[in-house]
Amino acid sequence: MADVIKCATRDAYGKALVELGDRGENLIVLDADLAAATKTGMFKKAHPDRFIDVGIAEGNLMGVAAGLAATGHTVFASSFAMFAAGRAFEQIRNSIGYPHLNVKIGATHAGISVGEDGASHQCCEDIALMRTIPGMVILNPADDVEARLCVFAALEHDGPVYMRFGRLAVPRVFDEDYKFEIGKDNVLVEGTDVTIIASGLMVNEALIAAENLKADGISARVVNMATIKPIDRDIIIDSAKKTGVIVTAEEHNIIGGLGSAVAEVVCESVPVPVIRVGVNDVFGKSGPAVELLHIYGLDAANIAAKAKEAVKLK
Amino acid sequence: MDALMKKELEIFATKARIASTEGIYCAKAGHPGGSLSICDVLSYLYNVEMKIDPANPKWEERDRFVLSKGHAAPALYATLALKGFFPVEDMKTLRKSDSYLQGHPNMNKVPGVDMSTGSLGQGISCAVGMAIGAKLDGADYRVYTILGDGEIEEGEVWEAAMLAANRGLDNLVAIVDFNGLQIDGTIEEVNSACPIADKFLAFNWNVIEIDGHNYDEIESAFKAARDEKGAPTCIVMKTVKGKGISYMENAVGWHGKAPNEEEFNQAMTELNAKLKELEA
Repeated sequence: MADVIKCATRDAYGKALVELGDRGENLIVLDADLAAATKTGMFKKAHPDRFIDVGIAEGNLMGVAAGLAATGHTVFASSFAMFAAGRAFEQIRNSIGYPHLNVKIGATHAGISVGEDGASHQCCEDIALMRTIPGMVILNPADDVEARLCVFAALEHDGPVYMRFGRLAVPRVFDEDYKFEIGKDNVLVEGTDVTIIASGLMVNEALIAAENLKADGISARVVNMATIKPIDRDIIIDSAKKTGVIVTAEEHNIIGGLGSAVAEVVCESVPVPVIRVGVNDVFGKSGPAVELLHIYGLDAANIAAKAKEAVKLK
Repeated sequence: MDALMKKELEIFATKARIASTEGIYCAKAGHPGGSLSICDVLSYLYNVEMKIDPANPKWEERDRFVLSKGHAAPALYATLALKGFFPVEDMKTLRKSDSYLQGHPNMNKVPGVDMSTGSLGQGISCAVGMAIGAKLDGADYRVYTILGDGEIEEGEVWEAAMLAANRGLDNLVAIVDFNGLQIDGTIEEVNSACPIADKFLAFNWNVIEIDGHNYDEIESAFKAARDEKGAPTCIVMKTVKGKGISYMENAVGWHGKAPNEEEFNQAMTELNAKLKELEA
């Protein structure tokens, strides 16, 4: 493949915020002393009068965001996924989720691909946590193109949204004319033997796996599931019916994330085998991001191996 | 404050105590102690201090109120009802499964409630967000929040306090209901935040200490808060938990318990006698 563009979704987040500010949208961006890393710093530079740093206090960050939203502002509140969804879970639940306020949480540095900082910062629980909050929308974009569109969709959406971004530069999957809609996921590759439903940086790995599976005579359908909540039941049911087995792929604990969400729909509607690729209920560790992704099986090779196992279950 | 106004505010507060107690009695659950302690300051806020319009609860220019100690919802509901936001009669539906009057305030269900609260420590953060919102919009509404003296054991309160002072939120007033009791005992027995005034002073707030049942002191405190420029104001308000019902006053056991029929009747006798005396 020639000249694949690589970009971290957090960079796309920062740029999208600036774009929204430039076009005069009424948004306020909050951060908790991580603006340089979450990339809200780009917005701070472009629109300093609409940016507030609350310091290292994520619980207060979410409460302040709720208060601002209650006075009619659309707020983007950012921190690392670990401290947004993790530390501030209950503030998000009670001060944002329960009153259904217009707060968009931009959570960066999600998953194992945080890399060298290690387990304390590698949040593989955020999707599970956010999924349990009624009315919360969860978006986990695959690349920078989709990340930008997620930010725009979040702005238009009335109510709380949790956006999950990564630190690592990842290959671009989508064309510039790609259309994104909350709750409407898409089939990237058609196939008949197995469906790989992937999210975030695992989408690109799923595409590679599908390509490689051809050599084994396996036709894999690939679905990009950027909206994890509200989940696109139709595309899951359709996939289960068409291919009979599903493999999910996510950079998150296999408990409570995309795999669980897909399995819930499948069990209730079209019971077929579902194999989950993800972090196998362990804490991460320090190391270069790409190396860690391979160590934890978050790669095309493992997805392909699981797809072969899945096909045998039919 | 002139005697007539003081009497009117006291009558309002007494009616709020009656309605709060009736609500809790009918619900067979709720938090009477910390509701009764804040009825006087609520009477002043909603009758004198705050810019509100009961016919238009979402009026954009209104002053905002956040009950950070959300369990005192009966006192807030009673105050709102007496102001005409909804019928006082509805207090008897408090905490029932078909009522909009939830155990803790819900901004989407109750007219006049500006923020959903109940989880301690979070309301003040929301109030800070509202005060920042007013500043960003160049709006002149003010934001008021009431915290419990037990509630300020929550770390988030101090995160919010730090930010409020650093951003110079002189449109924000935090009132601490210093009644000295929390669920498990006196605040000294559990984990006292005293000296409360010194802590807020150290966080660069304008701090005023008053008797929370003395309307002259309440009035001068809120006037001083309006005069303060560049810093938020904290009013540390010494109160009597369970104020107005003899057997509940300063009694630890009345934090989160409804009176039985006999206790309720005694409470009504005492509060109605007080009302009659004031109205005479």
